[in-house]
Amino acid sequence: MRTVIPDELKIQLRYPARAVGLVGAVAMIISVFLPWSYGHGALDDVGFSGSPSPLQLVFLTLPVLVVVLLGVPLVGKAKLGRWAKTVAWNTTAKTTAIASLGAVVVAMAAIAIELGGLVNIEVGGWVAVAGAVLSAVATIFLPDSPEPTLSRVKTARWVQILAIVLVLAVVLFSAAYALGMSDAGAFLVFAAILTGLVLALRQFGVFGWLGNASANNNRVLVVSAFAVAFAFPFTQNGSNANMSIASQVLIFAATALGLNIVVGLVGLLDLGYIAFLGAGAFTAAILSESAFSTVNFHPPFIVTVLISGTVASILGLIIGAPTLRVSGDYLAIVTLAFGEIFRITMNNLDGTDGPNVTNGSDGIPGIPDLNFFGFDFAQPHVIAGIEIGRFANYYWLMLVVIALIIVVFTNMNHSRIGRGWVAIREDELAAEAMGVNTFTLKLLAFAGGAFLAGVAGSVKAHYDVSVTPDQYVFLESAFLLAAVVLGGMGTVGGVLIGATILKLLPEKLRFFSDYRLLLFGLLMILMMRFRPEGIVADERRQLEFHDEDEELADEIEEELIAHHGHLNPERKGFEL
Amino acid sequence: MLEIKKMVVAYGRVNAVKGIDFTVEKGQIVSLLGTNGAGKSTTLRAISGLLKLVSGEIWFEGERIDGQPAHKIVERGIAQSPEGRRLFRQMSVEDNLKLGAYSRKDAGGIKSDMDRVYDLFPVLGERRTEAAGLFSGGEQQMLAIGRAMMSRPKLLMLDEPSMGLSPIMTQTIMKTIQDLQADGVTILLVEQNAQAALSLADRGYVLEVGQIMFSDTGKALLGDDRVRKAYLGAD
Repeated sequence: MRTVIPDELKIQLRYPARAVGLVGAVAMIISVFLPWSYGHGALDDVGFSGSPSPLQLVFLTLPVLVVVLLGVPLVGKAKLGRWAKTVAWNTTAKTTAIASLGAVVVAMAAIAIELGGLVNIEVGGWVAVAGAVLSAVATIFLPDSPEPTLSRVKTARWVQILAIVLVLAVVLFSAAYALGMSDAGAFLVFAAILTGLVLALRQFGVFGWLGNASANNNRVLVVSAFAVAFAFPFTQNGSNANMSIASQVLIFAATALGLNIVVGLVGLLDLGYIAFLGAGAFTAAILSESAFSTVNFHPPFIVTVLISGTVASILGLIIGAPTLRVSGDYLAIVTLAFGEIFRITMNNLDGTDGPNVTNGSDGIPGIPDLNFFGFDFAQPHVIAGIEIGRFANYYWLMLVVIALIIVVFTNMNHSRIGRGWVAIREDELAAEAMGVNTFTLKLLAFAGGAFLAGVAGSVKAHYDVSVTPDQYVFLESAFLLAAVVLGGMGTVGGVLIGATILKLLPEKLRFFSDYRLLLFGLLMILMMRFRPEGIVADERRQLEFHDEDEELADEIEEELIAHHGHLNPERKGFEL
Repeated sequence: MLEIKKMVVAYGRVNAVKGIDFTVEKGQIVSLLGTNGAGKSTTLRAISGLLKLVSGEIWFEGERIDGQPAHKIVERGIAQSPEGRRLFRQMSVEDNLKLGAYSRKDAGGIKSDMDRVYDLFPVLGERRTEAAGLFSGGEQQMLAIGRAMMSRPKLLMLDEPSMGLSPIMTQTIMKTIQDLQADGVTILLVEQNAQAALSLADRGYVLEVGQIMFSDTGKALLGDDRVRKAYLGAD
């Protein structure tokens, strides 16, 4: 965050600012051991009953971080050596202090709303507010740190792997903790603290370093991420509520990954993608042994999956073949219409307006649970003394599906076809001029993405028990698209994160119900303003948002020519 | 090698190219000259199959190629470095070159051709993993030419390779074009920089508002009064 305070003033005031910032942070730390509210009904009981509440302990990380960031350079400036510039001490302290202020404000607002008025805030709450304001204002007066160079620090491989495992453990813990929260206010405060921590670590340079570390140990990262995801049901003690949300997240994420091929790789804007999920779900429902199934053919699920995917991709071909010849905007409109046509058609295939295929708006209820070679998905199973319920079964199945999708996606992305796709996204005419068969490739992406959605839909049908047309409305398409854009188009990790956020938030913010869309709109606007490439940036895409680099290259070239009369071929050591 | 017969190309109802004839012989450098809007780029796009002809014919190595899709034409051996370079800016140098070779499937040949491009333009080789958008205008032009060479074309069409470049960079690029000709590549060069283009060209055609006004050898055109007045700034 850049401020208008002149640099000389900042340098003059750097010691007082540090001191005041420390005082504020210490006040916040003390406040955690004081009651924040009268009564015990607010957040997860921040009324202090002997020890801080878990939420307050999580909050504690922020002021402690401020103390470390402000204190370490103060005490041991001489000893810091190269670490003085490797990480951004001051700017991170500023970000962290402002983030704590944000978290405190959200917490106080939540207390006031939940208990009815600001009078319910106890002394600890006010101490926290005062401390947060103090340290936020003080840190603004600190001189800005240079860009952190932590990402260039070379570290031993085991340190990198350890860091990756540590990060994943924290993710698992946070996810389990967030899912377990029943109070919307507490969830919001937790989200604010987490966002603050993430922003602070990014500023500090940790993410640049982690990015390199994970790029160097990609396989370790993927395997341990899956291990963590696999272990998740064991942390839930058989609780079905959370596993239900988690399975929904994975179904949603698998669909989003399919859309990611179409939108993220090839750059085709598809606004009716949910129809392919619906096509898969309806196909699976009709082929299931439900009493309401309208055909007399019930193959095993393995076959059903393939049929569902094929039906969806045929639909994709039908809609794609005529429309993929026209340019972007038309495709968006046609797919938007296609999504609606699909829903209305499913409504009308009820026996009165057309043949009875879907039972109309009643849909197909009573779809039995999956059964793989005697493994009944409906039954809970006990593994290692922990009961694993119905939802966990679906969760693991979807985890396998997603793993397969990721393998296919990564191989595609680095293949000749993947290169062709990205080339179409960047400049379709140039791609055509290079000999890329653009129409065929676009159609392939469309059909392939639809296939994945169809597969996800076939699992969703069994998971949901009933399939009705009104589950597949435009809003769902919009959410899928938002997950892809928010997470980071063209990336796997980003889309998984985006899908998780977009599916988890509504579950946890039920009291917001009517304002949910408003909140998402706000989130999207903020994202597009501050990080248009999404949470995880595609290495190829980052440049799209940083055009000034080319101008810089041109300037350097001009300078070189001016100085040497020619372009010096030995340009090594020239850092852009 | 390439023969254009009475070619008419239109954007909507406006004819941008109004019935032109010209030929490119094997091993030659042929220049198409003209001001903005003369129809030079349109001509190249039509040859590449990116635009449909209203009427007329395009023959390449004794076969008619107009009406064929663009990727088939690349497979036949016609490559283009389009106007404004149109690199895949977010992709690395290496990926750009690989896309240039999209029509080919011989991994070994692609690899050796890629090394050839790096030999020709060392700066590309040094920074092969960097995104194309990070390069300067001159370097991007090198990459655009290198990318077009990657399909190992028999006919290489270059659309204003000197555009926006310093005089020194222009010289480098023109030198490269001559080297390519020496390697046996036939070149169709579209330029506004008449001096540079004509001094290389075996033959030149001057286009004005969609029609060929006159043509001659490169040398003769350089000495021609009409060309000197219109394109070389002579009184």
